[in-house]
Amino acid sequence: MTADRTLLGVAIFIASESVFFLAIVLAYVAYRDAGLATAKANLDIGRTAIFSIALFASSGTMALAARARSGTWLAATMALGAIFLVGQGSEYARLLGEGIGPGSALFGTTFFTLTGLHGIHVLAGLVALAALLTANLGRPRAVRAVAWEAVSFYWHFVDAVWVVVFSVVYLGTLL
Amino acid sequence: MTAIPLWVRRPAGERVGWLRTVDHKAIGVLYIGMGVAFFAVGGLEALLLRAQLATPEAGLVDPETFNQAFTVHGVTMILLAVVPLLVGFANYMVPLMIGAPDVAFPRLNALSFWLSLVGGVVLYFSFLAGGAPDTGWFSYAPLSERAFAPGTGVDYYILGLAVNGAGTIIGAINLSVTILLMRCPGMAISRVPLFVWMTLVTSVLILGAYPALTAALVMLLVDRQLAGHFFDPAGGGQAVLWQHLFWFFGHPEVYIMVLPAMGMISEVIPVFSRKPIFGYGFVAGSSVAIAFLSFGVWAHHMFAVGLGDTENAIFSATSMLIAIPTGVKIFNWIATMIGGRLRMTTAMLFAVGFIAMFVIGGLSGVSLAVVPIDLAVTDSYYVVAHLHYVLFGGTMLGIFAGAYYWFPKMTGRLLSERLGRWHFWLTFAGFNLTFLPQHWLGAVGMPRRVFTYAASTGWGPLNLISTIGAAILAIAMVVFFVNLVRSLRSGEIAGDDPWDAFTLEWSTTSPPPPENFATIPAVTGRRPLWDRKHPEARDKS
Repeated sequence: MTADRTLLGVAIFIASESVFFLAIVLAYVAYRDAGLATAKANLDIGRTAIFSIALFASSGTMALAARARSGTWLAATMALGAIFLVGQGSEYARLLGEGIGPGSALFGTTFFTLTGLHGIHVLAGLVALAALLTANLGRPRAVRAVAWEAVSFYWHFVDAVWVVVFSVVYLGTLL
Repeated sequence: MTAIPLWVRRPAGERVGWLRTVDHKAIGVLYIGMGVAFFAVGGLEALLLRAQLATPEAGLVDPETFNQAFTVHGVTMILLAVVPLLVGFANYMVPLMIGAPDVAFPRLNALSFWLSLVGGVVLYFSFLAGGAPDTGWFSYAPLSERAFAPGTGVDYYILGLAVNGAGTIIGAINLSVTILLMRCPGMAISRVPLFVWMTLVTSVLILGAYPALTAALVMLLVDRQLAGHFFDPAGGGQAVLWQHLFWFFGHPEVYIMVLPAMGMISEVIPVFSRKPIFGYGFVAGSSVAIAFLSFGVWAHHMFAVGLGDTENAIFSATSMLIAIPTGVKIFNWIATMIGGRLRMTTAMLFAVGFIAMFVIGGLSGVSLAVVPIDLAVTDSYYVVAHLHYVLFGGTMLGIFAGAYYWFPKMTGRLLSERLGRWHFWLTFAGFNLTFLPQHWLGAVGMPRRVFTYAASTGWGPLNLISTIGAAILAIAMVVFFVNLVRSLRSGEIAGDDPWDAFTLEWSTTSPPPPENFATIPAVTGRRPLWDRKHPEARDKS
């Protein structure tokens, strides 16, 4: 019963988070035309695709971790998530170096807001993963099964948001 | 497998301070205390506005102070007074009404409250940090952009609302999981008291609406702090995007504030009519219809923006549609009273007052949904009159009804009926005297949010009447506070069930014990306590 409560709570939280991201994505789409030329000229799809694969793969390792309650797979998930953030950081550094920032033009404003908010969510996910990993290292039998499911649920959500963001922001430049 | 408990249940009898409590009843009281305190502050701000407007060309406050006062008055009343009051009653009553020992996530519940409060404190800190926000409660861009609002007021508005909103969202998650999964045996979802049902619908509205506000606030923060261009036309952005996002939140927010109050009077009216509610299914179903429609009407706040005739016509039509499920409820309440044995207690007076005042506010709302009328009176005192009939005449009277009804359960003592009558009639007279004349003021062209007006406009007499009404309203609130304080100390002892009521919260002690019920109840109908008291005439539902 308590497990149902926790998972339903996380599901409702994710639903409200989806409204939040939907609003930001809509703003990006509304301003897409104004920034399309800058996006085409400056976004590195190939590199970002590779880092995206790391994040997508982390959903797989998370599923394995939750199924086996495995600290090793959990650590792998964290590593993949961190690799994604490093990728995002390097993309940011490159763009900022080229003079494209949140204040430079409409593209920068919408790009950094959307990807930045997603990045913050990945970071929050890493904190949750770290908490779960620590608890699991200490007294694995004391960690309730629902904790694994709840963290896993959130992590898959963060991953799914990136599917949308990557499609809209990066693959959208190919259209 | 040993499990780490979700929270630490303290042994019964151990006193836990207000700062550490995770009991839904204590947190409900905290929410209500926050609502009452901010209601008083927002009321003082309103009195300042009315004092300045009492006579033409008055110089009581300067325009800058006036702008801050009406901005903070709006934000305070909506987000820091009304919503916490409603969430507070929901927190206290919902677990009791569904026969649960607590909410689903007690510690998270405490977090919700403290976030909501800190959000309010952050907003008010702006007064000390160089000036409160002065851009109106909906803070339209580009006025709210750095170029036009260079102080820190709007930044505190953003942070305060975002933190407060996070608390409200978490609270809505908690209440909806509680209602969905923690009902006692026999309490089918079709049997929950209507206040519980309204709380569930309201939670869904919060979860759909508040994140849009948070998103808009983040964008505004990016514009202001990182020189972004979301709402900056000079940089290619569109100021109207703010309006869309804000009202996508803002209109459901109206129903977030009114549906729980409707739930309150849906408890009060049957008990004091000695009848079950007329058409339970219609009251419940029409609320879902209202919630659904409320996400499709936001642009009726934007008719004057110039979206185009087609858009305006669509939003005009959806707005008028909302009158149907709302009207259904009015008939439900009246039909409940017809043929009932009415007991005109103070709670019942406020509930009936709600119906009368809300009908006026609803009808002026329908008139505003007519695009040409809206274009004529937009941003005038007609709109101010309309929204106060809905939010004060509706929501606040409903909250007072709930307060007189549930105070005995929460404290063990009855509120004074004698002072209650003074409170009701002074409120009723003061409210109508304040806001009825504002319809005329708006119709003859007095804009809202002006800090003064010329004597030649002829608006002086009606404004003076409005200000006198506000003073009477203030006296009514003083009477209420006196009633609260005196009844808390020396009110008549209530007993478990002073109203001979129908629902489960009245089956336990007043106030209830920490675990709410000695044994988890089992129910067979919509009026479990009635069934228990009258086994020969139990409800069939």
